[in-house]
Amino acid sequence: MNKIFLIIQREYLTRVRKRSFIVMTILGPILMAALMILPAYFAQKSDEVHTIAVVDESGIFYKKIPDTDNLKFTYITEDINAAKNKMGKEGLYAILYIPKPAYSVPSHAMLYSDKQPSLNVQSHIRSAMEKEVEHLKLQASGINEDVLTSIKSDITLASIKMGEKGNEEKSFVEVSMVLGMVAGILIYFFIFLFGAQVMRGVIEEKTSRIVEVIISSVKPFQLMMGKIIGVALVGLTQFLLWVFLTIAIMGVFKVSYPDKLSKPKTEQIMPNNRVDQTAVNTYQNKEAHLNDSLGIMEAISSIDFGVMIGCFLFYFLFGYLLYAALFAAVGAAVDNDADTQQFMWPITIPLLFSIVMAQHVVNSPDGPLAFWLSVIPFTSPIIMMIRIPFGVPFFDLILSMVLLVLGFAGTTWLAAKIYRTGILLYGKKVDYKELWKWIKYKG
Amino acid sequence: MDLFTANNITKRFANHTALDNVSIAVPEQSIFGLLGPNGAGKTTLIRIINQITGPDEGSLFFEDKPLTVAHLEQIGYLPEERGLYKKMKVGEQALYLSQLKGLSKSDALKSLKYWFEKFEIQAWWNRKVEELSKGMQQKVQFIVTIIHKPRLLIFDEPFSGFDPINVNLLKDEILNLRNNGATIIFSTHNMSSVEELCDHIALINKSHKILDGKVKDIKKTYKANLFEVEFSGFRDNLQTILSPSFDIKNMVPDDDTIKATIQINDSSTPNDLLQHLLPHVSLHSFNEIIPTMNDIFISTVNHYETTAEDLKNN
Repeated sequence: MNKIFLIIQREYLTRVRKRSFIVMTILGPILMAALMILPAYFAQKSDEVHTIAVVDESGIFYKKIPDTDNLKFTYITEDINAAKNKMGKEGLYAILYIPKPAYSVPSHAMLYSDKQPSLNVQSHIRSAMEKEVEHLKLQASGINEDVLTSIKSDITLASIKMGEKGNEEKSFVEVSMVLGMVAGILIYFFIFLFGAQVMRGVIEEKTSRIVEVIISSVKPFQLMMGKIIGVALVGLTQFLLWVFLTIAIMGVFKVSYPDKLSKPKTEQIMPNNRVDQTAVNTYQNKEAHLNDSLGIMEAISSIDFGVMIGCFLFYFLFGYLLYAALFAAVGAAVDNDADTQQFMWPITIPLLFSIVMAQHVVNSPDGPLAFWLSVIPFTSPIIMMIRIPFGVPFFDLILSMVLLVLGFAGTTWLAAKIYRTGILLYGKKVDYKELWKWIKYKG
Repeated sequence: MDLFTANNITKRFANHTALDNVSIAVPEQSIFGLLGPNGAGKTTLIRIINQITGPDEGSLFFEDKPLTVAHLEQIGYLPEERGLYKKMKVGEQALYLSQLKGLSKSDALKSLKYWFEKFEIQAWWNRKVEELSKGMQQKVQFIVTIIHKPRLLIFDEPFSGFDPINVNLLKDEILNLRNNGATIIFSTHNMSSVEELCDHIALINKSHKILDGKVKDIKKTYKANLFEVEFSGFRDNLQTILSPSFDIKNMVPDDDTIKATIQINDSSTPNDLLQHLLPHVSLHSFNEIIPTMNDIFISTVNHYETTAEDLKNN
């Protein structure tokens, strides 16, 4: 037992001290934080206020296009050609030209600019114009807009899951979906990333010919398990460091630039003559908005994070352990990285299949497919993690966990037999028939 | 007393039998040569002794007690296929391998320091293994094999990868170890080193043991009472002055002298031969031709092959 600890220690320390591990550990959170911060940062970055001159020949849009934080509309009376000449001199961002309509209301407009105006600017102008035209058309057809507004309805559908003890929980599909998928994909990457490390470690020991020296001191099984556990600890270390560093970087950023991450203002300044309606609209928007964020809060708090984190660690660890033994067996069966391909598919296929099936499972987390995939050990680490946020019957969970532990024992037993023979065999082309022979060797 | 015995070991793999009813007994504080052509089953036997694989039949004893995992700490093994972790530092790695053999960290450090100084490689303690020459890696490997002062040492082709100077250094160390009480199993194809080092040998061919015993005894059984005589002053047929109990196998004139190989038959002695020769020739040298281990190896293996073939043909 003391010796397996020595092996774990070596496997762990040599990997953790590697430059690539340190670089990955630092770069990972920076990338993660960048992914979260940069979009918000850049969205706020364009603080510069652009001025757009409006040449309105129709005369109906005067002061009807609302300004925003970084867009300001000035209404000029000059004709379009004079305006175009002025553009460079007065530092105009663009000129919105609304030609005199052939019929009653205009149906098109031109936006002149020396740069390509952003989609946001374009859609802002378009929607403001459409709204105004609709407003005019409504008035022309004699429909009171207040009536129309009161007809508009907004229904929030909350689905309530009936718990076994008669308690009711609101379920929030989107949040569950995201959480489950993220957890499942993390496990998928973890298995591949660190399983491959186990495999390469075995190949290294084989090609450097140190393996026979070591197994004259310890049993091949101890060497294999020491490596698998050592690498698992490396993986956990990296994962935890990523989580902490990401949180730390985000925290530092939030403290240093508190305003940069605040939510962009969504309200728009409305022209005076429609104050009443807009007030109503804004109120409704706000309420909806409030509902949304409350909803997410409620959804997040409705998920049992104790269970979620506990299960995640369980499936994270045992999913890895189940496959790591197989990776070790593949490493033992070959002489170099290039030969691993033919033995990789039994490992790759169930994992890929899990990811491909993830969408079906999300759509029907209690269906038979989801059930079976989440109890079969080869797919359960990923599929069960996807199911858990939706709530999984206790029986399913226990069955899945027991089968996974048994599966781990099974693959390890099988892999150990291949490993034991494979590590001492050099320069032999190995196929599945050969592996089967190794499994049948005794003692 | 025998430190290690293996009785009637048989090991079968899917397509062939690697060892067929092989027994060896390794006397304490001796150097035991395990000889045989490539693929004879030596490495399999060594792996069985190291408990890397188990035998299908037969039993193994260490000091008359059945061999167990606990004995591994009393065995040091230098495999033929050997190497080190290339990216690991020399000292760290030596320490790791010593601890795997059951040494405490402080004991391991103390012994390693002694051996690194003795082999003059202490300057390489903090270098990576891949920066070392092959010979230096072999020295490190040798040190970690003997670091835990094992009672039984197994060297499989220990001299491969060493230059002649280091081969001598190593031979001296092996003899030292034996003189200090260690028992050594030594597997090699290099017959001259067998003559220099081994007290006992076992010859394995095609999974059978075909010869074993003390080197001196084996040589005695294999000598054919052949003597080489170098003389001058007699040019006639030598047989005329010899009685029929002496067979002249070979006669080669060499400048002024003649070299003759003479076999002495049963009842006669070398002294009889000299008595016959001395009145007629002036003698330059008189030597008994003792077969080398190389000759014994080749003739025994060939003899075994032909008998095996005969058996097959009949």
